[in-house]
Amino acid sequence: MEKVTYRELRSTPKVWGFLILCAAFVAAAGLSVLYIEAHGHIVTGMNNQIVWGLPHVFAIFLIIAASGALNVSSIGSVFGKKPYKPVARLANVLAVALLMGGLAVLVLDLGRPDRLVMAMYTYNFTSIFAWNILLYTGFMGVVAIYLYTLMTRGMDPRFLKAAALLAFVWRLVLTTGTGSIFGWLVARTPYDSAIMPPMFIAMSFSFGMAMFMLVMSLTTAITNRVYTTELRVRQARLLGVFVAAAMYFVIAHHLSNMYLAKKSAYESWILLGGGIYTKLFWIGQVLIGGIIPMLLLFQPRIEAKRGAVLLAALLVVLGGLAQVYVIVVGGQAYPLDIFPGFEVSSSFNDGVINSYTPTLLELALGFGGIALALLITGLGMKFLRIVPDNLTDDTANAPMPAE
Amino acid sequence: MIIPTTEKGAEISRRDLLKKGGAMATVTLAPGVTLMAFGGQASADGLKKGARWGLLIDAGKCPEDCSACVTACSNEHGWKNNGLDTDPQWIRKVTLREKATGRENSLPVMCQHCDEPPCVDVCPTGASMKRADGIVLVNRHICIGCRYCMMACPFKARSFVAEEVTDQRTTTPRGNGTVEACNMCVHKIDRGDGTTACVEACQATGNNAMIFGDLNDPESDIAKAVSTYASMELRADLGLGLGVRYQNV
Ligand code: SF4
Ligand code: SF4
Repeated sequence: MEKVTYRELRSTPKVWGFLILCAAFVAAAGLSVLYIEAHGHIVTGMNNQIVWGLPHVFAIFLIIAASGALNVSSIGSVFGKKPYKPVARLANVLAVALLMGGLAVLVLDLGRPDRLVMAMYTYNFTSIFAWNILLYTGFMGVVAIYLYTLMTRGMDPRFLKAAALLAFVWRLVLTTGTGSIFGWLVARTPYDSAIMPPMFIAMSFSFGMAMFMLVMSLTTAITNRVYTTELRVRQARLLGVFVAAAMYFVIAHHLSNMYLAKKSAYESWILLGGGIYTKLFWIGQVLIGGIIPMLLLFQPRIEAKRGAVLLAALLVVLGGLAQVYVIVVGGQAYPLDIFPGFEVSSSFNDGVINSYTPTLLELALGFGGIALALLITGLGMKFLRIVPDNLTDDTANAPMPAE
Repeated sequence: MIIPTTEKGAEISRRDLLKKGGAMATVTLAPGVTLMAFGGQASADGLKKGARWGLLIDAGKCPEDCSACVTACSNEHGWKNNGLDTDPQWIRKVTLREKATGRENSLPVMCQHCDEPPCVDVCPTGASMKRADGIVLVNRHICIGCRYCMMACPFKARSFVAEEVTDQRTTTPRGNGTVEACNMCVHKIDRGDGTTACVEACQATGNNAMIFGDLNDPESDIAKAVSTYASMELRADLGLGLGVRYQNV
């Protein structure tokens, strides 16, 4: 049997066109950041009630998708699923790229991004945020080591396995950390729940897998490489399972909230009377991001339905963005209960549903994060040997170079 | 006899250190020094040993149409509320209506100067900090504007500065892109005024709905008042140990 070989992407107009397109989006994001920096956040839709807006939605989506993308590689190395092995390198690069895209958005949306260096040496170790900074930088390091073991000829498989395991554990901790950012906001009814971290892990499996499938489809579409049927079918089925798992946590979260008297008002708001957030929940998150993808992915003879699989992955991403929007923005829109038992009013929006209308600037920044992730992945594929070159449905089970 | 002498000695050396300021004080009194970076002139009176500064607000004496405390705070610190959702509000008047009885009430809400401040716990840089005397502050020089503290505060006490600030007060540094909140007029306390702008204004109206003082000093008006009459803290279920207490809510 022929061995799997990896080769850099060839310089074709399609490849360059794609990279330039990504770069254009990144540049647009850069311009909007400069504009926000010059005028202050007053030019965005954010205010003193909705302090984290659309940029955070994209940033958090990308960060949780990053750890999920790494999962694609873990399935091969840690859990020994052969068809996944040839794409492990790409999954690693994608994971780091998604994380970088997300972090870039997060950092550029700070009030004082210029002071980031400050955050490096005035550390507050009780802050889960500060811990996350360590987890994120560590993630990049761990994945880099893992990638090195994958790409080095004659690497001792035990090292590979150890690195893969470390990366797998790290990513679980990382997503737990991301979920905890919300789980620790005790005073906010929508967030105060221990279910947040495991729900974020389930979401990360699903978002990361979907992002990987989209990138893989795109790559094979603009090059003459092959997304093997076996891998596509396996990933499609697994994505269906991940979507179901994420839905399970969503249902469990809402059901358990309904039992708590102090949360039932929030539940009836978000599920029934929450306007845009209710719509995003039912139409965006549940229907587009959950039910339709599951119907698409669990249909019989999926191997013949490439378009359906691709569409499902795209819907998972869109539904995922809606879900994160409902969590981040919807959670802040719901008023804090400072005076239980009282109706309240004030000049500072006490007791009312807070409003937020995202601006184009914030959207540009968010898209810039996705574009940056794709640009980094694209450059990785262009200059590193991470995408299999001779993969066909026949060679998919060929031995790996490192074996 | 030995113990009081020692205490007095410690007191004197602390005063000396504070007068000299600078690096030596950094070692001895880290919180006080950070305070000086805010522009306040720390004095030994302000950093009263063992103090826990607090406010007691009597909602029963606070008329709904009065906002003298809000105006005074705005003037003292230079923030302005022009009615935009992005405008800062360090203190606001909240009107309450008890759902069960329909009874109406009005009171000011500002940073509650939590003993266990969630804003300080979550702040990645340590810009949010609590002084030894219980005052919670944002060090505007190291705040990166992540707004996590605003997510964590149970009382919406904090505001984000979303545009260039004009008309700054020398005693209250502010800055675009950073978070701010009631600092219990730390500059006034540290220069020995013994009160805050809001309390002064409230007393000037004759309503006398607010008392400022050291909750730890049994001789202070505030300590006497809370030990005599019932008072409560907001969201006491969260167990944050607030420095601001309310009566007749
Ligand atoms: S009231 Fe809010 S801002 Fe003030 S100390 Fe408590 S958590 Fe911090
Ligand atoms: S906005 Fe500033 S004070 Fe608040 S948590 Fe972030 S760095 Fe700390």
